[in-house]
Amino acid sequence: MSNVVKPEANESRSETLLREIMSGTPLRIGLSALLAFMFGAIFMAAFNQDVVDSYATFGSDPMLTFQTAWDTIVNGYTSLLTGSIFNPNGGDAVSMFRPITETLRLSAPLILAGLGVSLGFRVGLFNVGGTGQILMSLLGVTWVSTRMTMPWGIHLIVALIVGVVLAAAWGGLVGLLKAKTGAHEVIVTIMLNYVALYLYTWFLREPSLLLEHGGGGTPKSDPPAVTAQMPLLLGPSFDLHIGILIAIAAIFVYWWLMERSAIGFRFKMVGANSHAARAAGIKIESTYIWALAISAAFVGLAGVNQGLGQAGGLTASVNGNIGFDAITVALLGGSRARGVMFAGLLFGAFKAGGPSMQLAGVSPEILGVVQALLVLFVAAPPLVRAIFRLPKKEAN
Amino acid sequence: MKLELRGITKRFGTLVANDNINITVESGEIRSLLGENGAGKSTLMNVLYGLYQADEGQILLDGKVQNFKGPGDAMAAGIGMVHQHFMLIPVFTVAENVVLGNEPTNKIGGLDLDEARKRVREISDRFGFNVDPDAVVEDLPVGVQQRVEIIKALSRDAKVLVLDEPTAVLTPQETDELMQIMRELAKAGTSIIFITHKLREVQAVADNITVIRLGKVVGEAKPTDSAEKLATMMVGREVDLKVDKDAHKSGAVVLSVDSISVLDDREQRAVDHVSFEVRAGEILAIAGVQGNGQTELAEALLGLRPTVKGSGSIKLDGVDLIGHGVRKRLEEGIGYIPEDRKKDGLVANFTIAENFMLNGSYDEPFVKGVNIDFAKREEVAQKLVKEFDIRTQSADALVSNLSGGNQQKVVVARELRRDVKLLIAAQPTRGVDVGSIEFIHERIVKERDAGRAVVLISTELDEVTALADRIAVMYRGRIIGIVDSTTSREKLGKMMAGIAE
Repeated sequence: MSNVVKPEANESRSETLLREIMSGTPLRIGLSALLAFMFGAIFMAAFNQDVVDSYATFGSDPMLTFQTAWDTIVNGYTSLLTGSIFNPNGGDAVSMFRPITETLRLSAPLILAGLGVSLGFRVGLFNVGGTGQILMSLLGVTWVSTRMTMPWGIHLIVALIVGVVLAAAWGGLVGLLKAKTGAHEVIVTIMLNYVALYLYTWFLREPSLLLEHGGGGTPKSDPPAVTAQMPLLLGPSFDLHIGILIAIAAIFVYWWLMERSAIGFRFKMVGANSHAARAAGIKIESTYIWALAISAAFVGLAGVNQGLGQAGGLTASVNGNIGFDAITVALLGGSRARGVMFAGLLFGAFKAGGPSMQLAGVSPEILGVVQALLVLFVAAPPLVRAIFRLPKKEAN
Repeated sequence: MKLELRGITKRFGTLVANDNINITVESGEIRSLLGENGAGKSTLMNVLYGLYQADEGQILLDGKVQNFKGPGDAMAAGIGMVHQHFMLIPVFTVAENVVLGNEPTNKIGGLDLDEARKRVREISDRFGFNVDPDAVVEDLPVGVQQRVEIIKALSRDAKVLVLDEPTAVLTPQETDELMQIMRELAKAGTSIIFITHKLREVQAVADNITVIRLGKVVGEAKPTDSAEKLATMMVGREVDLKVDKDAHKSGAVVLSVDSISVLDDREQRAVDHVSFEVRAGEILAIAGVQGNGQTELAEALLGLRPTVKGSGSIKLDGVDLIGHGVRKRLEEGIGYIPEDRKKDGLVANFTIAENFMLNGSYDEPFVKGVNIDFAKREEVAQKLVKEFDIRTQSADALVSNLSGGNQQKVVVARELRRDVKLLIAAQPTRGVDVGSIEFIHERIVKERDAGRAVVLISTELDEVTALADRIAVMYRGRIIGIVDSTTSREKLGKMMAGIAE
């Protein structure tokens, strides 16, 4: 009975929803995933050109249609696996093992930002400002890595710290506005996303600021200095860099913070019942400020990963929509360290496997649908409960 | 209308909330359903109201088997329910709430609010409810909100009215008024099911009593049966309704409140120049009808609510607390049992051990450096669970799975774990079963005997007279008088109504 969810007398509807979403059991998440992949399969099969062609002979030979549909689905999901985990037809070792390293590389920022958003959820805050926080992190990272010279190693660490601090300040600002004026964090973070986007773009346009040397009209910076780039982990044949190690470290830090530390306990207390927290002597306002700053710091690490994890010049699009993907990662992962890790890996695999699906003739956008459905199902517990007739877990 | 419940059984997983319950309520009868919190009364009523489907058994109205799929069916069949937690839309007016789901319309199909107001006024006048149809519900005191619920049920021609713990939120006078209403409704042929765990009310108003314990009917009783007999049936053992306590030996002044004023959420002056002192080894009860400033006073003492600027002082052992936050005040030695434990006292989705730690997340024994000391916390939790007789499998059980009485004992245990100078206990036994009331009362007296100052805020006159050494009566934000604990009920009642000497 440890997962019993009871409506509390004094919580708003959004608080109840948030709590219900986060109380997701592995069973429910597993069923949701199954359902999402099934829908994806239906989309894949129903509109595949070969299947559509076979409709003409459906009357005389229905099995052809079913066979073609089945082949399409198998082909699609197989290519997802070979593109994201292991490619047995790769020929050499590099090609065979490259998919899994790509999954890890692409998972790192999702995990990092996902942890940040998760931390917000645990404190009862909806941090939709991941994009802005990543862009502010990128602003700092770009400055340090393209406009400053430092020795190898130190350069990376300084860039990382500056990026994280800028992101944390950007998040803390939201907490400050919430604490002082009561402004809702969703509104503020969304607005600050635009501020950060145009601020960064402006910086990238100005030759005196971050525009690449000899650059023209495109807002783009120089490539980050080699001394600041994330070192590759497996040699030049693979793109995998130390970003994944940072993500793993962050998972442990997050776990320690939320499950083992006193400050995390206070965070959870405020998230679960702010009235009781106040009566227990917790300052709610400063908790919000700190929580959003730390949440944004995790997100900022994703920005560092995006900025220094590649060798090309930086543009605003480097943020890669990670700020919003992170929300789905956090929701799917139930805001727990382990859950976020798995959710990040899954969505990283989607990103890694997309191209190979495309090569196999299946639109990789299907994966976007699967991803969105998966989160929808997880975030709509009553719906899944209804579909699978799970018992409603509410005792008297 | 005659109501019969035949062999109702309702299970939640392995928990049997109702076990083969049989009850018959005749037309015009007031039937009391007596039982401790968690005995299964509310579950049974939710089955009757169609909110839950019974696993076994039948509901009959005037001999006809009913099959309620939801509250709509139950209402249509003539069952009205006033829940313990009100089902009102706070931002709607009284009239809007009353007609919600059953809206009168004018010729062109629009909402006929005049008709709605008329319905409210009619019922309100008939029973002397004194409810303004245009008042917004969230602005109304709890007692009036309850009357809105009753009006809602009556406006739908309820023939069977279920009142779930209706007096928990009422003043003694309001309770008397409610009982009068119940009698009149019964006279007019309405069958009433009155759920409560207060013996005095049962004896005052019920025609027949059904006692439920652990989901089973343990017997029927008459209101003329003694309170001891009823209490024994309820808890299954002998209960001592009196609190044994020695004459108090009060010491130095611990808490000195001098002329403080406090505003409520509507910026109205809820506490108006209140002054009092509490000494070590003394229980000062603050009595009064709910909503006369007690809540705001308690919150101001803890620092949850600011006092009006420049309006006096709150001194604890000589230290002025004005301007200090909650944490500092807790550290100075205040223990606080809030009146609404679910809101201010507990985190429902935390374990018992975690709830013990709510106000202890800064230092030992729960925290070492920056880490939670889990071993130590477990040890302390085990000790407190045992000492405060909290009925649970383990200290790692979620608080939301405990009964009201055990939840309250978690709060009490947490506050008394620390060596406090002053204990503020606001409604410490509200919604708590008889056994736990006994325990908590004894514990409060024990704290007094150990030399702590206790401020007991209670709207229950029984509790006040049983525990207090001195009684301060609040009325409209002022202390109308501080009297000795031997003062008669009549005089206290008058003071609570605002009539001083």
